[in-house]
Amino acid sequence: MRRRKIEELFFKLLMVLATIIVSGSFFLIVGTIFFKGVPYMNLDMITKTPGGGFYIGKEGGILNAIIGSFYVAGGATVLGLLISIPVAIFINMYMDGKTFLVGTLRMAFDVLFGIPSIVYGAFGFLIMIYFGIRASLLGGIIAVTLLVIPILVRTLDEVIRTVPLELRDATLSLGSTRWEMAKVVLRQIRPGIFTAILLSFGRAIGDVASVLFTAGFSDNIPTSLHEPAATLPLAIFFQLSSPVEEVQGRGYASALILTIIVLIITVLSEILIKKLSKHKL
Amino acid sequence: MLVFTLASVSLLLVIGIGLYYKSIPLLHRLSLTELLTSSIWKPLKGLFGFFPFIMGTLWVTGIAIIIALPLCLFAALYIVEYAPTRVRRILSPFVNLLSGIPPVIFGVWGVLFIIPFIQKYVAPHFVEFSTGYSVLAGGIVLAVMIFPLIVSIISEVLRTIPQELKDASLSLGATKWETIKHVVLRKALPGIIAAAVLAISRAFGETIAVLMVCGNNAVVPHSVFDPGYPLPALIANNYGEMLSIPLYDSALMFAALLLFIIILLFNIISRVILTRLERRLAA
Repeated sequence: MRRRKIEELFFKLLMVLATIIVSGSFFLIVGTIFFKGVPYMNLDMITKTPGGGFYIGKEGGILNAIIGSFYVAGGATVLGLLISIPVAIFINMYMDGKTFLVGTLRMAFDVLFGIPSIVYGAFGFLIMIYFGIRASLLGGIIAVTLLVIPILVRTLDEVIRTVPLELRDATLSLGSTRWEMAKVVLRQIRPGIFTAILLSFGRAIGDVASVLFTAGFSDNIPTSLHEPAATLPLAIFFQLSSPVEEVQGRGYASALILTIIVLIITVLSEILIKKLSKHKL
Repeated sequence: MLVFTLASVSLLLVIGIGLYYKSIPLLHRLSLTELLTSSIWKPLKGLFGFFPFIMGTLWVTGIAIIIALPLCLFAALYIVEYAPTRVRRILSPFVNLLSGIPPVIFGVWGVLFIIPFIQKYVAPHFVEFSTGYSVLAGGIVLAVMIFPLIVSIISEVLRTIPQELKDASLSLGATKWETIKHVVLRKALPGIIAAAVLAISRAFGETIAVLMVCGNNAVVPHSVFDPGYPLPALIANNYGEMLSIPLYDSALMFAALLLFIIILLFNIISRVILTRLERRLAA
């Protein structure tokens, strides 16, 4: 009996330890970034573009990359939504009874979700060569849109499935068309759409591999779709590989800025999800 | 709507075909076995051996999964089976927050924390000298990156195990751990495998974080302290030169195709297992 009790205790301790390591790693990462980034933080970082080139210049900030990232992530999320909302509606409301087909479609999006961003980046690059687009804001938005479509479709699909079937049946039985029913459902899931937007935006703003080939890099704030655009993760990566200490420091501060942006987005979406499940019928 | 649906789903096919189409020139020049087994990587001479990169990927992914799977399994068991509701409510947001952190931040953390740690405290015990930039560093960073994925999938799988089964075991006098060992884990095994496969495929494709800590040396690693050069890092590091050297672009697209096919297969396998589990629960 004693041996069994000891075994129980031993494994319970092991589990607690594993849990501490897994959830503690979050603090370790954010802690390291804050610790290294805060000393280099200043107002110039977020209000000025780099002076004297991003790689060796010791002056200025990374406003170009912040704006560029918001353009790319925002553009991709908007484009992605325009495609994903119809897809999610189609899967859920126009394919009654075709269970196998719906299952296959859902799996296809799950698989697409698992494709790494470097493959989307390479594929986006192929598209750009094919259409003769140079590395630009437009190219970046196209590649990132491909990346976020599976995220948006999966999230929207899950949210639509939480809408009670009775509601849909009630709308239909009143003589409305399927499209009118879709509009009713869309109104129901509005908070869910915001969650999807936040998730997609968070993923888009942090991703490097997809914009590496496609968005290019520039020290200026892009003024048109055809200009190359700097992005925040790429700026961090480049600055870190610079031999100049000040530039490396700016890289740490940039990492801090990106971490803060992403944390805000994640916390907001957590709150939204909580609210969503509270109001579930 | 039909058009959008078909278009976005066919993306899977189009990506595969596009990458294959671009790799044809390379496949014409060199046979597939030569490409996959040769260790000589000299693009300027037209020699493209992918073996070091494939091994680099396998080392990094292997180390990551060896570290992450046991830790995450135990953590998920604690969260689902032991933790009081209050603790669970505090813990679960952190897993989500971790999954929201961008890859490049993991890379920066790797450079600032893991690399010096390995260089100063770990490597000196085993080898004479290491810069810290090694497959071990890549494996550790990747392991932390796949924590949230594994924990959330295994937790979900654990929740599908009927309470009656556990009650039956407990009422026969088994301790909680014995119940977990003999009932819960056995029932959850397919789900745990699915989680591992999904995590492996995720780790396979991870680019920037690994690139920053792995050392990027095109030789086959022989120990965990050797630098490695995984496939995604190869693609990301060389896109700049790829249009100026003949066949180089084709070689990089072939690398992307390799990644795509492996990850596609792994994803399909794990999704099929998980969907089956879900269906069994619904029934």
